[in-house]
Amino acid sequence: MVGVVGIALIFLAGQALAEPITINWWHAMKGARGEVVAKMIKAFNDSQSDYVVVGTYKGNYDETINAGVAAYRAKKQPHLLQAFEVGTQTMMLSGAINPVFKLMKDEGYNIDWSGYLQPVLSYYMNADGNLMSMPFNSSTPVMYYNVDLFKKAGIPVPLSKTKPITWDELGEITAKLVKSGVAGGMVTGWQSWTQVENYSAIHNIPFATRANGYEGLDCELVINNPKVTHHVARLKKWADDKRFVYAGQKFQGPKAEFIAQKAGVYIDSISAIAKLQKAVKDFTWDVAPLPVESWMKEPQNSIIGGASLWVFNGHSKKEYKGVAAFLEHLSSPEMQMYWHKETGYFPITLKAYETLKKQGYYKENPLKEVGIKQLTRRNPTKISRGLRLGYFIQIRNIINEELELVWNGTKTPKQGLDNAVKRSNKKLREFEKIYKR
Amino acid sequence: MIKRSFFTSKLLPYFLILPQFLVTATFFYWPALQGLVQSVMRSDPFGQHSTFIWLDNFIALFTDPLYLKSIGTTLFFSASVAAVSISIGLFIATMANRALKARALVRTMLVWPYAVAPAISGILWLFLLHPSYGVVAIAIKRWLGLDWNPVLDGKDALFMVIMASSWKQISYNFVFFIAGMQAIPGSLIEAAAMDGASPFRRFWKITLPLLSPTLFFVTVMNIIYSFFETFGVIHMMTQGGPGGATNILVYKVYQDGFIGLDLGSSAAQSIVLMTLIIVITVLQFKYVERKVQYAG
Repeated sequence: MVGVVGIALIFLAGQALAEPITINWWHAMKGARGEVVAKMIKAFNDSQSDYVVVGTYKGNYDETINAGVAAYRAKKQPHLLQAFEVGTQTMMLSGAINPVFKLMKDEGYNIDWSGYLQPVLSYYMNADGNLMSMPFNSSTPVMYYNVDLFKKAGIPVPLSKTKPITWDELGEITAKLVKSGVAGGMVTGWQSWTQVENYSAIHNIPFATRANGYEGLDCELVINNPKVTHHVARLKKWADDKRFVYAGQKFQGPKAEFIAQKAGVYIDSISAIAKLQKAVKDFTWDVAPLPVESWMKEPQNSIIGGASLWVFNGHSKKEYKGVAAFLEHLSSPEMQMYWHKETGYFPITLKAYETLKKQGYYKENPLKEVGIKQLTRRNPTKISRGLRLGYFIQIRNIINEELELVWNGTKTPKQGLDNAVKRSNKKLREFEKIYKR
Repeated sequence: MIKRSFFTSKLLPYFLILPQFLVTATFFYWPALQGLVQSVMRSDPFGQHSTFIWLDNFIALFTDPLYLKSIGTTLFFSASVAAVSISIGLFIATMANRALKARALVRTMLVWPYAVAPAISGILWLFLLHPSYGVVAIAIKRWLGLDWNPVLDGKDALFMVIMASSWKQISYNFVFFIAGMQAIPGSLIEAAAMDGASPFRRFWKITLPLLSPTLFFVTVMNIIYSFFETFGVIHMMTQGGPGGATNILVYKVYQDGFIGLDLGSSAAQSIVLMTLIIVITVLQFKYVERKVQYAG
């Protein structure tokens, strides 16, 4: 009897307290970053009782986006999906999303988007300048260098943290390094992203026609232009006399070369700061902005890599209210400062950045400001704001393949880039056909 | 007691095979059919709009020189993996079949690598052969003076993935060969030895012919293995690179379908891959099996 009453009471209590609405967020953050994400979710869940955000790790970026695709097809999509920057065009055209600018407006949030880091926002805006997804983890490439090896080779250190050196200077530096007995001059991670995409943005060279694809699906790649070809030819020349060592498409190989002191210069994402701080014990290293050509007097912003949060359509109004509240929470200065400090990814709002600056955070952590300064040194142009290409993942793959064929001498730089353009344009035409109705 | 047959009903047998049929239909025929449908469609990843495009996906594949190159790479890769793992497996089995003291132990040790998943095998070999941090790679470069660089050199990379893929399969072949050898009557070999046949001749004229059913089976299995299961090795070691040198068909399906979300093309590639493996297996049965001597 008592048991029955007890059960009835629990049941009634459950009825009286309104169930909080569950918001599902699928992400690709594991390890230390995953823990930071969990803490940010917990902070939101503890701060109110109407919504419960449930974060689920779905694997790496590829796996996460595939999980989203499969779930959407089965009509079981989460509310929020973290998708990497190369998937932007696919997500934007998917017809499966609720654009973030619209969601926030519908739910009564009046957000001043100019208070955000523009080169980050611009990557996720549509042609009309409306924000389609919420930037989450954003990074940009910078240049790491081995201070000890520099000193040994008689190269003046430190390099400026704001004023980039020129590629010609880097050529001299790497020559000195090799001459002093270092196995290689420079290595680079993610060669397509750092040496072609960012090189083009910084020098304000179009990557593709139609404003890098922002203004139409009928865009074509133009990376076989004389400037990029010259850059690739230079790297090939460096590869021949060990000033540049190719150590793989991703970051593992190049990072290993740098840590083993087999290369004095290493170009990679700012997210490598944390990795190097952990791994490097036996030498001093420092960070500088990416090199710039001597003819480029006013270098543009570099572009970002990373991922953003997409809101799927097909959920109820009540749930969207919660999603909006959560996105608002994520972009609050406290959360952004916490995120930046813990992971090294950019804070996405100027307010968070300014506050950190005032607190003297960058005096203590000067390395972390190099990327932000490089990213925000100029307002993005139509060319440097980002890339908007269909089948971008395959296109990056194509560029990687063709560059490898240049490095190993199978093709000349011009042949490699011409072929990369030809192959990529074929992919772009296939993509265009899908969405042309 | 009256003996009664329970199988007079015509429906009962069908009813009894129904569970098996359902499992096969759900997990084999249904996905295969989906793949077939997908391969003649052009559709976006989220399935919002699809257009029927006849055989455009296939035409695009066969007019793409890189796809044709990938077929060539796959055939070379499979033939090499099968040849390496069969010859080494056979050699080790012949050696281990001798009366050794620790025979059981030696055999167990030799079978172990088969328990290693292809992806793990790929990582292990990468730790040995990666030019930046591989122990063996450093030794090769330092002592042999070879310019070993699978990150940049396509031939080195292909050699590396063939080694890593074969390594695991050697154990598999070993198990079958040693079982096959034990089924060969010792009297035959002894008789030949008494007639003065050298060990090599005994192996060539007696062991090998009697082993031919096993050899045939192992060849078919090895080729199927190298077509599909080596995915893990490629994924861990080279991701199809450098410059597409190790991009075998199954990896290309993954790259285009799973990573690139180009479902139409990747479905078409799956169909081509399936057809290819069916053709190879049928050819093997038709032409190679004739030479097989089933002991009886």
